[in-house]
Amino acid sequence: MTDPSQESGPSAEDLPQPVVRTRRVSASLIWLVPALAAVVGAWLVIRNYLEAGPTITISFQTAEGLEAAKTPVKYKNVVIGVVHGLRLSPDRDHVLVNVELQKNAQSFATANTRFWVVRPRIGLSGISGVDTLLSGPFIAADIGDSTESSREFVGLEMPPSVIHGTPGKSFRLHTRDLGSIDVGSPIYFRRLPVGHVSSYRLEENGKGITIEIFIDGPNDQFVNKSTRFWNASGVDVSVGTSGLKVNTQSIASVIAGGIAFQDLPAPHDATPSSADSDFDLYGNFATAMLPPDGEPTYVRMRFSQSLRGLEVDAPVEFLGIDIGRVVSINIDYDEKTQQFPIIVGAVIYGQRLGRAQTKLAARAAKHGSDADMSHTFALLVEHGLRAEARSGNLLTGQLLISLDFVPKAPRVAFDAGARPLVIPTTIGSFNRLQERLDSILAKVDAIPIDRIAAHLDDSLGELSSTLRRINGDLLPEFKDTLRGANTTFRAADDALSADSALQQNLGLTLDELRRAARSLRVFSDYLGSHPEALVRGRRPDEVPRPPSPAAAVEPSQSGSKP
Amino acid sequence: MTTALLRAHELGLIGCQVCGLVCREPTRPDAACPRCGSALRRRKPDSVRRTWALLIAAFIVYIPANVLPIMRTVSPGDVDDNTILTGVVELWEKGSQELAIIVFTASIVVPMLKFLVLGTLLVCAQRGTSWAQPQRARLYRLIELIGHWSMLDVFVVALLTALVRFSLLSSVEPLPGVIFFGLTVVLTMFAALSFDPRMTWDDKGRE
Repeated sequence: MTDPSQESGPSAEDLPQPVVRTRRVSASLIWLVPALAAVVGAWLVIRNYLEAGPTITISFQTAEGLEAAKTPVKYKNVVIGVVHGLRLSPDRDHVLVNVELQKNAQSFATANTRFWVVRPRIGLSGISGVDTLLSGPFIAADIGDSTESSREFVGLEMPPSVIHGTPGKSFRLHTRDLGSIDVGSPIYFRRLPVGHVSSYRLEENGKGITIEIFIDGPNDQFVNKSTRFWNASGVDVSVGTSGLKVNTQSIASVIAGGIAFQDLPAPHDATPSSADSDFDLYGNFATAMLPPDGEPTYVRMRFSQSLRGLEVDAPVEFLGIDIGRVVSINIDYDEKTQQFPIIVGAVIYGQRLGRAQTKLAARAAKHGSDADMSHTFALLVEHGLRAEARSGNLLTGQLLISLDFVPKAPRVAFDAGARPLVIPTTIGSFNRLQERLDSILAKVDAIPIDRIAAHLDDSLGELSSTLRRINGDLLPEFKDTLRGANTTFRAADDALSADSALQQNLGLTLDELRRAARSLRVFSDYLGSHPEALVRGRRPDEVPRPPSPAAAVEPSQSGSKP
Repeated sequence: MTTALLRAHELGLIGCQVCGLVCREPTRPDAACPRCGSALRRRKPDSVRRTWALLIAAFIVYIPANVLPIMRTVSPGDVDDNTILTGVVELWEKGSQELAIIVFTASIVVPMLKFLVLGTLLVCAQRGTSWAQPQRARLYRLIELIGHWSMLDVFVVALLTALVRFSLLSSVEPLPGVIFFGLTVVLTMFAALSFDPRMTWDDKGRE
């Protein structure tokens, strides 16, 4: 009992015997677990490798809104890759964006694929990319035709307005200035928007602007060789025989600018133009419909009078037809005459003369090549063609250059070989009028108005004192006289009134007179019948009843009875 | 350790690991407990090999767990894919240093610790060295204790995915990395289980 081994010995024998069971699985199968893990890991690596598409580099001006490992690259709103990294170019000029394209987007790594950043943009022609306000900007792609593989791209700063594969055609318009046209400005055909401006750029020589437009199919078929494009921006207000006319394409074009096109009204070849054809962009509908200008001829004119009101771009007219425009106005100094002549440069479009030009050219061609119209001008100058600055608008005083035939113009030497052509000038009729007015004014000026005025002033002073005297002296007397006359008249009036004593006396007197006359008649009658009475006197009884004057009166009384 | 205690093996005895019944040591390797029927072994069979295998598997899986993103946070204007490390960095930068430390500990320190400790224990057991036996035993207990806590990340992702579902405003989606991370944790736990701590005390000098 003291030895522990002794003690444990018998107890160990009492212990139960284990039962026997067969093993089911081999222990080495456990290695399947790390093998499986390794396979999964390897599969991940392989998948990653297989799924990795090409890595491309796009350069942008700014990385605004782009984030590494987040910003997606999308084509038709399907994610085709993700921005992997952003870094500056070695010259710190732009940003290089590394993009990992997906395997299935491998075809996007070709030469003319375009990339641009879609951000919210608000313009006159609309709002785009609003969804990116929330989701953040993404890079959009547009695949091209090329199959040539490429890894380096230059990103567009503005979204392209034409996505590859859109039906339609691109055309190029040439213009002198852009006006209010912008990328996205609509193109109208019969006031229907059929396309838009896709881009514009300055021409290489800096003398014009090339505008790329895109006309959506199927309307691109309406563009043909005789199609004219004009700037339909703003409002076209014209005053014609039918009154005031306001013409616009649409409200949008008034604000955002636009271009319209139409065929020439004359019969023409209506074969649709091929893509990327060149056209001129005219300033407005009217000029667009004019015959083509052709090559301009540069001419120079030398004016000796002031050309206040003449501006660059003023029209040059030939018999009232606009054939060109002024391009430069410069002042010169003539030492001999101590004068400052003004040199006006202008371009003239010979083709605007139309039929006249062909005939003139044919005639001038006899003298040699007339490509620059030198012989035509020689001919015309010989016939008295002179340039003059004429007022185009009396209100604003603007001048235009008018080429007109001046009868009895003094002959001038015309050098057809000079470059540029120098067209002789004459003082314009308006200027002549002005000169005459000047001379009249000079004469008016010569009148001694001061002295006349002084004399007049003296005379007026005298007149004034005279009048004062009349007022002071003459008038009161005149008044008295009038008053005297008045009393006289009143007395006369009294005397002549019906109930006045004078009147009654006069009546009585007249009665007396009548009675006297009657007595006289009676006496004369009596004397007629009794002349002896003169000697003997009157016999009282024998005297018959004399015919009374009443009897003589009676017939008149009876006569007035009825 | 000259005055070492006697071992059951030296007495020809074996104890059942499950019900604790002491039997006579069987002569055949495939013996079972007469009471509960579980296998009777002096040491876990192939313990070293199994543990190595599981540990290696766990380590392999640990690589994608760290490289692949584990979680996608979608909020207006932002889609964020986070791996474990970027998540930690983000937490740190946004001022939640204590959270960053917790996540870092749970997701990086603990698994790495497990690999190191188990590796050390295995190497020592294979060599049968008697070096620092009590400390090794303590290390093993530590591994068993902290093993579960490295599931923290998996729980975070699972919880967030379930809770943060404001479709438009924000949402959280699990990504493949979390699966690998979960596998790592599970495999290391299995590895720790398959390691027989009794081997720590088997030094060759005693045999």
